[in-house]
Amino acid sequence: MHRPTRLKDAQAEESQFQLRLVIAYGFMVLMLLTLAARFIWLQVMQYEHFATLAQNNSISLVPVQPNRGLIMDRNGVVLAQNHAAYTLEITPAKMDDMEATIKALGSLVEITPRDDRRFRKFLAESKEFEPVPLKLKLSEEEAARIAANAWRFPGVEVKARLFRDYPYKELTSHVLGYIGRINQRDQQKLEEDDKLANYRGATHIGKLGLEAVYEAELHGTNGFEEVETDAGGRAVRSLRRTPPLHGNNLKLALDIRLQEVADKLFGQRRGALVAIDPQTGGVLAFVSKPGFDPNLFIDGIDSATWKSLNEDWQKPLVNRAVRGLYPPGSTFKPFMAMAALQSGAIGPYDLRPAPGFFTLPGSSHQFRDSNPRGNGMVNISKAIAVSSDTFFYRVAWDMGIDRIHPLVGQFGLGQKTGIDLDGEASGVLPSKEWKEKRFARFKPEVRRWYPADVVSVGIGQGFNAYTPLQMANATAILAADGKVFKPHLVQEITQAGSGKVRLVEPKPVRTLAFRPELYAHVKDGMVAVMRPGGTAARLAAGLTYTMAGKTGTAQVVQIKQGAKYNAAALAEQYRDHSWFIAFAPVEAPRIAIAVIVENAGFGAASAAPIARAVSDFALTGKVPAELQGKLITMPQPAQAGDKQDASAAR
Amino acid sequence: MQAPLAKRIWDAIAAPFDGWLMAFLAGIFVMSMLVLFSASNQSWHKIDNKLVYTVMALTVMWIMANARPQTVMNFAPPLYAAGVLLLVGVELFGVTVNGSTRWLNLGIVRIQPSEIMKTALPMMVAWYFQKYESTLNWRHYLVAVALIAVPGALVLKQPDLGTAVLIMGAGFFVLFFAGLSWKIIIGGLVAFLASLPVVWNLLHDYQRRRVLTLIDPMQDPLGDGYHIIQSMIAIGSGGPWGKGWLNGSQTHLDYIPERTTDFIFAVYSEEFGLAGNLLLLALYLGVITRGMLITARAQTLYGRLLAGAITLSFFVYVFVNMGMVAGILPVVGVPLPFMSYGGTATVSLAVALGMLMSIGNTKR
Repeated sequence: MHRPTRLKDAQAEESQFQLRLVIAYGFMVLMLLTLAARFIWLQVMQYEHFATLAQNNSISLVPVQPNRGLIMDRNGVVLAQNHAAYTLEITPAKMDDMEATIKALGSLVEITPRDDRRFRKFLAESKEFEPVPLKLKLSEEEAARIAANAWRFPGVEVKARLFRDYPYKELTSHVLGYIGRINQRDQQKLEEDDKLANYRGATHIGKLGLEAVYEAELHGTNGFEEVETDAGGRAVRSLRRTPPLHGNNLKLALDIRLQEVADKLFGQRRGALVAIDPQTGGVLAFVSKPGFDPNLFIDGIDSATWKSLNEDWQKPLVNRAVRGLYPPGSTFKPFMAMAALQSGAIGPYDLRPAPGFFTLPGSSHQFRDSNPRGNGMVNISKAIAVSSDTFFYRVAWDMGIDRIHPLVGQFGLGQKTGIDLDGEASGVLPSKEWKEKRFARFKPEVRRWYPADVVSVGIGQGFNAYTPLQMANATAILAADGKVFKPHLVQEITQAGSGKVRLVEPKPVRTLAFRPELYAHVKDGMVAVMRPGGTAARLAAGLTYTMAGKTGTAQVVQIKQGAKYNAAALAEQYRDHSWFIAFAPVEAPRIAIAVIVENAGFGAASAAPIARAVSDFALTGKVPAELQGKLITMPQPAQAGDKQDASAAR
Repeated sequence: MQAPLAKRIWDAIAAPFDGWLMAFLAGIFVMSMLVLFSASNQSWHKIDNKLVYTVMALTVMWIMANARPQTVMNFAPPLYAAGVLLLVGVELFGVTVNGSTRWLNLGIVRIQPSEIMKTALPMMVAWYFQKYESTLNWRHYLVAVALIAVPGALVLKQPDLGTAVLIMGAGFFVLFFAGLSWKIIIGGLVAFLASLPVVWNLLHDYQRRRVLTLIDPMQDPLGDGYHIIQSMIAIGSGGPWGKGWLNGSQTHLDYIPERTTDFIFAVYSEEFGLAGNLLLLALYLGVITRGMLITARAQTLYGRLLAGAITLSFFVYVFVNMGMVAGILPVVGVPLPFMSYGGTATVSLAVALGMLMSIGNTKR
């Protein structure tokens, strides 16, 4: 047998390969030419046909907006609602001369300089093909006038839209937040989350508060309508409709009447109040004063109003209840007492001296008591009742920060509570690691934890800083004997359509590991606060149920050694903050409250009366005397004459 | 000394890139940025992302073009093995989206192993033929067919017909250039046509609908035929010169589905017309021609087989996508190379073209 040489083989292989290369290349060129031929057929020979089809493209998909979910209080009172109104909208892409059109429209309806400014702003932010509102909330008559002249203005439309409205304005500003027009940043965020399709045609989105946190629930799902359109793009006939799925309704744990009572009790003063149901973690009242009118933000706030709100020294835009950090002062003592008892640093019946000042061994620095004469020998309950500083200085010194931090931390102090609002601050429960990190850029002498640092921590001063929400939450945990809930404003979410109800955070997250009998000793102290000899004894007058509380005073400025605090001599902003925490009824707590009134001095003087009145209203329905007849959430108390009229009419 | 230094740096960066290929790709890139800006309704966000993808693509392309093909070749078996394992993983633990299981969730990232196979399979088959270059006989072709069939079947089962065809096609191109007998090729083609009725029965409902829609889109103008009709209207109404950049009414009135990804060519066609289409076809033909030249001049069997397969696969992507948008092929999810928006496809194509360049750079 003759075998071909390797060389010949290689040559044959090479030429075979080159042949296949040419065939492959020829095939590809042929296929690309086929594509080219197809394009020529479509774009040259069939051009007229397709151009006409495009011109009259008669079927378009129009998104149908879902209605935003309502927000209601626990009794079904609507706090955020939608109502229909007409808007005048312009689509820039369909316009030959926009300025002329606007001028002509101005002769039919009044277009204020503010409307015009807002229109320009929206125009700059939107796309050519999107309708931009020129005037919002037309009257029926104005809408009719435009509609009658519609033929003169291609690209101008009167649309019925739903507007969001917050009827209780300032009362709900820090709870509900507000919605606002979708801006480029929102757009980008939606694009990243792959939600843009569901916002096609949508104009507003939740920006702050519950409106923002529950955006996914409230917004709903777009529907679509296939409509036949004429050459001008106007819808002629609806072909098929996929209805939108409306947003889900939210029901809050909050009672708007209690909210109003709490809010009005502050009067012109600044501060915050949070009331929580210790058995559910539901937030019953949530006040941050001053507030603002959220309705201003919905369709773009004008810059003058914005400036005045933003630059106001009282900071109405800041949500003090979740963002305000204050030293808790003596309201810290019940939690400190729990930690001391649990650690064994002191027994529940142990007596300790409570003199007028406390000094550390080998130091002359005096840590003073708020009572310069001291309180004699006291046990832990008495120490809470009279708010002995020296008692808690000593306990803190005996325990040391390493034992205090983990135990007090159990009550959620110095951590975010996880409430369903954005922008919550975490606060500071001091520890060695915290100080090291906080002062990382300073010299080692500053960063180091000194044993003496712990002393002022023991009475809630020093580095301690918490939000009013954290204090209310900690009080609720104490009231419920260690049962921890995640505080939540929203209690139920009602599915649109199916009406199915989902509960929000209804179960306790955990139960604290404190010995159960310890709570009673601390609660006894807090009950004694409101008994003769306690720091808020005056407040107990006329109580028809049992109440436990604790006063507190948060220092705003440091007082020099040997000097005396003199409220009158200090400018208002430097006066102490007034704190009060409370829960009631003591046997089966239904409300836990934390109140802070800024720059209002001693806790019993300003904060405590507010807590008492709020608790009264929540438990007995008693409206504080000074608010009788001034509340918008409650019908005016019926006069004797009215009653007669009513029965006569019947 | 400034200028020479700058020049030296420039030379070091530019050296591994193939000048011709880069010129054609640059042209495609410019057109793709213009059309993406229009198709995304002028979203700078998408433009930013596309720039990031492009920088990533250039980086991997540079790395691949710098690597010696003989070195990269040795990675073919482990890469292939890993790809098959991941495909089995998809089968067992995959994430199901829209009825197909294509993704594997690795905690941090979700990957689509079939994407890896698009490159790993032709590399593997080419490596295999290179290894037995001197003793090739019919048994080797049989093994090669098995190498192609295993991942092909796994992807087909996901089910992802489009990708399965692309993967098996890439493997077949290697066989073709390796000298698979014409008898078998033609015999296979006949057998394939004969088996079509059987295949039809095996197809999933949505796949059958796509084929039927292709034959007569007007049967269901508001349902399955809608996309094809609208994209044909977009192309046709573009006419010889197009409606102009940012002026496509089909595009901006939301008639075109997936207009930044699979159907981006419809947007392009509407706004740039026949002239634009022929320009883009010419650019793609340029890439293909250059790829064929590199294949013809490749020094090793591995090099010519892989270069040929990469070039043919590139052509298939272009043809299938444009054919789909122009209504002559069924709708399968194949992106248009370097035009469609999407990071994975861009980077994996850059890897393939980088390898093509490195084969072109290797002299005897």
